[in-house]
Amino acid sequence: MIAQNRAGGYGHAQAVSHQSGEEVSVSMVDLKHAAAIVGIHEHVTRYAPDKSELQIQGESVIKALEDAGLTKQDVDGLLTASSSARNTGLNLADYLNMYPRFVDNTTVGGGSFEFHLSHALNAIVAGRLNCAVITYSSLARSGSVSVGTGGVARFGHPRLEPSPDSFEELYGLTTVGLYAMIAQRHMHLYGTTSEQLAEIAVAVRHHASMNPEALFRNPITVEDVVNSRVISSPLHLPDCCVITDGGGAVVVASAEVARNCRHQPVWVLGAGEAVAHQGAGKRDLMYIAAHQSHGPAFGMAGVTHQDIDMAMIYDSFTITVLETLEDLGFCKKGEGGDFVSGGRLRIGGELPINTDGGGLSSNHPGMRGIFLLLEATRQLRHEFDGTPRQVADCNIALCHGTGGALGSRHSGGTVILGRD
Amino acid sequence: MPEWNKPLPTISGETKPYWDHCRRGELLIQKCDKCEEYQFYPRGICANCWSNDIQWVTASGKGTVWTFTVTYQNGTPGFADEVPYVLALVELEEGVRMFTNIVDCNPRSVSIGMPVEVTFVRATDQISVPYFKPAA
Repeated sequence: MIAQNRAGGYGHAQAVSHQSGEEVSVSMVDLKHAAAIVGIHEHVTRYAPDKSELQIQGESVIKALEDAGLTKQDVDGLLTASSSARNTGLNLADYLNMYPRFVDNTTVGGGSFEFHLSHALNAIVAGRLNCAVITYSSLARSGSVSVGTGGVARFGHPRLEPSPDSFEELYGLTTVGLYAMIAQRHMHLYGTTSEQLAEIAVAVRHHASMNPEALFRNPITVEDVVNSRVISSPLHLPDCCVITDGGGAVVVASAEVARNCRHQPVWVLGAGEAVAHQGAGKRDLMYIAAHQSHGPAFGMAGVTHQDIDMAMIYDSFTITVLETLEDLGFCKKGEGGDFVSGGRLRIGGELPINTDGGGLSSNHPGMRGIFLLLEATRQLRHEFDGTPRQVADCNIALCHGTGGALGSRHSGGTVILGRD
Repeated sequence: MPEWNKPLPTISGETKPYWDHCRRGELLIQKCDKCEEYQFYPRGICANCWSNDIQWVTASGKGTVWTFTVTYQNGTPGFADEVPYVLALVELEEGVRMFTNIVDCNPRSVSIGMPVEVTFVRATDQISVPYFKPAA
């Protein structure tokens, strides 16, 4: 399988070290053009009380394989994440009646699916996988899950005892609160304003207005955001993602399989993954996992920030986007407030983000990382050509998924995708 | 005293001294004998050098607000009727941060860098919860 890697050989890439952010040299296999996204499907439902999570996943897998021009027999890998403990790759394989030789249940919060794509790439290069499906679904809305404002911020996971939950739950941590604390300190250190955070919500809503499937499509202004209800200071209601049902699937395949698919391949050019946490009570929480994960992804892809035509940035909250853009290196730490202002993040701007309307306006079924891959693939296929939603000359896209909470512990997965 | 309806910690061998001392009005943190680093939350190994030469030491109980949020929405029992409340990360004088609530003050008066000190509230016969209030 490695011989099929078109770029071939061993590359030498720049990466960012674990904590210091200093550039260090690491050797890594050049994996470009070894694996591609060849099929996608978004289950457009935003409310599906009559369906099971497995049914939404099953329907998504079937449609994504149709999109790729592949069949059940072509699939030898299954990757999924779920906040409900029983809904693993094992149960999914049972439901779909499949016998995959590669199964990955990596569940690190909303960004799990960027990790999955990275792991599928690894397995393809290792010759252990030809074609895998990454899939997810959730009934977060019809199940009335408090994704953001529940009292314990465990994202549906079982209580972890004795630590850290015994030292956190008794203080009423909410998910939104754990992001709001980072926003509060960002404002304190760098003078970032609520108006600047609102610019993110406004830009993403503008994109949602072009997506007929988006939950909220009416345009909003910065004033609308800052005059709305505060959920957890300094974050207002429109600074927070929506809660929906939904799901989707992504088919990722080797170069050999990709050549025979219906669409031109969307190559996985680079990937990096990282975690960030309290660091025994001493880590600087203002740097998020993106600070560690982006170096390997850019290094592997051999591209620079100027090469990125659009980005799908996990937008659980507006502060997530601002912190992620800083720590991916699109601007310096502390300059995110200026960077997100002035229409830069809109289609037509310097770095369009979340062109489907994001989690802030389109959908957020518990975990949203898979939708980042779906929209980046649509843009790289030029699926919206001739409409305002298409990012012009879109050749390279970046997806960054964040899972967990910035204020306590979270994961970050960066992937860079490109078309021929 | 109203019945405690917030989550309670699970006490284990790893964390029992912490909760035992909270009951007596003392805040304990851990320090490694080998590398001399403090750590929080308590655990059975040194998070820095991975030695198991961990000692419990009494913290001064003084610190500053590292960051905070005023929570206006939380549907969970015990918190739903307490909003707005202040969720904070307090940096202790010893240099480690811990989650807490800032109590005994107007939530809108809390700011980053504000000096605070520990105060304990009895939840059950076994558990007293450390909170922080503006320093005297």
